[in-house]
Amino acid sequence: MAIEGRSSGRSLLRAWAVQQRVIWALVRREMITRYGRHNIGFLWLFVEPMIFTLGVTTLWTLTKTVHGSDLPITAFAVTGYSSVLVWRNMASRLIGSIEPNLSLMYHRNVKVIDIFLSRLVLEMSGVATSFVVLTLFFGALGWLSMPEDPLKVVEGWLMLAWFGVSLAMFLGGVSHRHELIDKFWHPCSYILFPLSGAAFLVDSLPPSMQTFVLWLPMVHGIECVRDGFFGSHFTAHYDLGYVAVVCTVLTGLALIQIRAVENDLVPQ
Amino acid sequence: MIALEDVGKSYATRYGRHLVFKDVNLQIAKGEKVGILGRNGAGKSTLVRIIGGAESPTRGKVTRNMTVSWPLAFSGAFQHSLTGYDNLRFICRVYDVDPDEKVDEVQAFSELGKFLWEPIRTYSAGMRARLGFAVSMAIEFDCFLIDEITAVGDARFRDRCHEELHVKRGDRAMIMVSHDANYVREHCHKAGVLTGGQLTMFDDVDEAYSFYMAHASE
Repeated sequence: MAIEGRSSGRSLLRAWAVQQRVIWALVRREMITRYGRHNIGFLWLFVEPMIFTLGVTTLWTLTKTVHGSDLPITAFAVTGYSSVLVWRNMASRLIGSIEPNLSLMYHRNVKVIDIFLSRLVLEMSGVATSFVVLTLFFGALGWLSMPEDPLKVVEGWLMLAWFGVSLAMFLGGVSHRHELIDKFWHPCSYILFPLSGAAFLVDSLPPSMQTFVLWLPMVHGIECVRDGFFGSHFTAHYDLGYVAVVCTVLTGLALIQIRAVENDLVPQ
Repeated sequence: MIALEDVGKSYATRYGRHLVFKDVNLQIAKGEKVGILGRNGAGKSTLVRIIGGAESPTRGKVTRNMTVSWPLAFSGAFQHSLTGYDNLRFICRVYDVDPDEKVDEVQAFSELGKFLWEPIRTYSAGMRARLGFAVSMAIEFDCFLIDEITAVGDARFRDRCHEELHVKRGDRAMIMVSHDANYVREHCHKAGVLTGGQLTMFDDVDEAYSFYMAHASE
């Protein structure tokens, strides 16, 4: 009777057990389809974002004069780029992710939300691991000092992750019905990149710009992560309460989208 | 027992909602064999997916008190870029069955040999059908949903399917969709005909078939 759990809704606990099993099966499957059995396999999950961060750090270290401050540049680059990866990669992974998985929906217990969550779990663990490994790696080289307040780093990162999850689920749901999302996401993510706080500190902007960029939830997240990393070097500007409100609304909208998509879904 | 109460399904199209069927009432008891007849596009496969829970009804209620298979149609429910073995593993995990216990069984029926470890896209239609059937037999259900089972494979394959499904698992409930009247007549206790968005049930399969023939042009 175990496989009946979700549909009859007899017991929430059993439904959760089924869902966990399904998500884990999807994660394992996704790891094979995405990274293959060849090469260094699923290690790409860490190496891919790592190469990005390394490149950006090098570039910014070479052009250090442009920033002209006593900021720990490597810590600035690592926190900046790792934070962008959180929300950008998750959204990119979920947009258009229903279509190629339609055949799996023949199995009653496999739902759109499971497809989404499995991809998010994989993406989040990859981005988080690369962030940690890079921090330790550059720390060992002596390029950056360990975070002044690790708890604050985690707090900021989790808020960024929540924002990434809700944005990704919302766009993933909408993109199934409106293909234009896929077309618009790439230019949008490029425009958002310089605005997201990856390449600036809010404090260094003119006050009018500050109010403007602080509308963007990811700016708050990055500022918090950096406050935890090297808060004694600058004045951080963020309000996690604001981020929480935005994320709650976005999560609600995302769940409504997913419900709407599921009601009209035809397995193929 | 599976029960459908006043079930209706419609799809969103560019010109408003398209009604597939409405007010469908159907009960399937343990061990009962039910045939579904209907023209192409009448909504047979949609009905089967709703019974199996792969799709949700627009209206009405579906109650399942037995375990129900996914629709066995041989092609669907697989990821073609993955190997047969990876697909087996995935499906086993979803249904909480140990995949390694099932490999021998699947090999014996599918006769794929080393091709079990090759991507499904490299398989012939016959190989896919054999794997599809073998994997669905690896997981035990109280009720099997069968969508056009007779459409693929050679005589030997059909005989072996018959042995697995109707002899070894003859005590299970089954819902069969088929154009083949003889197949439905041979295996079903009762049958329903889908015409004009309505499901009409008959306790006698021959009666259902003559109704189907009379309404076939609708």
